[in-house]
Amino acid sequence: MAVNVKNVSMARGKSWVDLTYIIPVMKGLAITLRHLFKRKLVLQYPEEKKVLPPNYRGLHMLTRDEKGREKCVACEMCSTACPADCIRIVAGDGGWEDSREKHPIVFEIDELRCIYCGMCVEACPEDAIDMTDMHNLADYTRQDFIYDKERLLGVYDEYIKRHPDRAKRRDGQFKAMKNSSYFTVNDVHHSDQHSSH
Amino acid sequence: MEALMPFLPYIFILVLLVLYLSVVPIMIQVERKVSAWVQYRIGPNRVGPRGLLQPIADALKFLAKEDVIPNHVNKWLYIFAPTLMVFPAFFVFGVIPFGAIMINGQEILIQVGKTNIGILYVLAVSSLGVYAITFGSWASNNKYSLIGGLRSAAQMMSYELPMGLSILGMIMVVGSLRLEDIVRFQIENGWGILLQPVGALLFIVTAFAETNRLPFDLTEAEAELVGGYHTEYSSMKFAMFFLGEYCNMFTASAMITCLFLGGWHVPFIGSMGLDPAIVGYIQVVAMLMKLGFLMFFFVWVRWSLPRFRYDQLMNLGWKKLIPLALANVIITAIVMAM
Ligand code: SF4
Ligand code: SF4
Repeated sequence: MAVNVKNVSMARGKSWVDLTYIIPVMKGLAITLRHLFKRKLVLQYPEEKKVLPPNYRGLHMLTRDEKGREKCVACEMCSTACPADCIRIVAGDGGWEDSREKHPIVFEIDELRCIYCGMCVEACPEDAIDMTDMHNLADYTRQDFIYDKERLLGVYDEYIKRHPDRAKRRDGQFKAMKNSSYFTVNDVHHSDQHSSH
Repeated sequence: MEALMPFLPYIFILVLLVLYLSVVPIMIQVERKVSAWVQYRIGPNRVGPRGLLQPIADALKFLAKEDVIPNHVNKWLYIFAPTLMVFPAFFVFGVIPFGAIMINGQEILIQVGKTNIGILYVLAVSSLGVYAITFGSWASNNKYSLIGGLRSAAQMMSYELPMGLSILGMIMVVGSLRLEDIVRFQIENGWGILLQPVGALLFIVTAFAETNRLPFDLTEAEAELVGGYHTEYSSMKFAMFFLGEYCNMFTASAMITCLFLGGWHVPFIGSMGLDPAIVGYIQVVAMLMKLGFLMFFFVWVRWSLPRFRYDQLMNLGWKKLIPLALANVIITAIVMAM
């Protein structure tokens, strides 16, 4: 006989009271009866929404600098860090008038491939990519889930409408923000619609 | 009032039929709500105020669904089985006494069929229900259905026996097979559940098995058998099986009430000095409330207990319930002889 064979006979460790089923059944019924009157845990989704924590990892956004351009410098740290390999960046020259040496011409994230790990946000040296609390994405084709640069910037525009404090972060006021509403749970209510395209 | 007297049985038939058919939608709603609450959910709440119109939506859905008859079934049996499912429950219901009301100083029993062999009739007819399941599963020509049907037949066979024996004790005490006599006896001598506690327990357990409700719903065991005997059924035919299940539950509740919960009797109501006419109506309401509680009990147990394994079911039936029922009968006989 093998060493780990267990004998799962009914009688082991049970008194005869348990074996009549009556007392255990009554105990079980008492438990379910208590459930009938307790608070229900279900959220009525479209009407009620869960309060998300501030560090929720949802849809990405590309942040803008004070001139309204994308902050990203196309260093490709994020796409290198990305374990799902779902970020595609084509870098371009900013030119003299733009005063930027390098910026992304194409910046695409495949939101269906993404595993929402947040590595890209960790990797970014410029605070140019960040995650929002938007999670109820819906579209008609898989192609629609490949978010391009304009759409990701649009997500940012929409996000800072709801979280104006987030915009301050680009001005190096990150530390001062620690106690602001941006970090309180109440503020992170309900990302409902996002019409970012 | 006088002119109505000859038609009373027909009026009772009509009233009870309406009651019977309206119980099913109510029970479906109760079942869904209770199951939800037990699991910390809210349950149906979209159709109508607080989801109260959900049963109507369900019924409309059943009616509007395509009625599929698969090619590989035995067509006549396949159509016949769901209808057979509802009949036994209806038939049994005819002999249940619902109370005694006073009309023109005359006591009238609310009961459709007055038979001398009341309980024997109930046992005989209610065991027909298994034919519906067996026919349905055989006609479906599907291995899961067939296993469900076979289980059902074996289960009914094993549980019919303790069921009959558990009633026997009560019949011996009362000395009559008529349900109305049994209720009257309980009004005078105390409820059956006090006179025959073991018999009552056995009867309730076997009633669960007879109605194929959890923890004895091995015939449909979703986890193993897809849907059991009704796997191949759809639309209104499936609804008939559903209807049958709830009708059987209602009938079983009525039997439990009449045999062990004092039928329409309300304790101490005789000593309150009320008008006998009013007492009659109060007692009808009491009967309905007892039925309601038992129906809730069926639902409550369903969402509390897990399903028995097949061998456990057989063990319980043959090795525990039958000896217990026999012992109950013998002890009752000895006590009565003394
Ligand atoms: S969240 Fe993770 S998977 Fe998604 S894009 Fe960023 S690094 Fe890649
Ligand atoms: S988002 Fe950040 S990490 Fe990614 S390319 Fe742009 S600057 Fe580099």
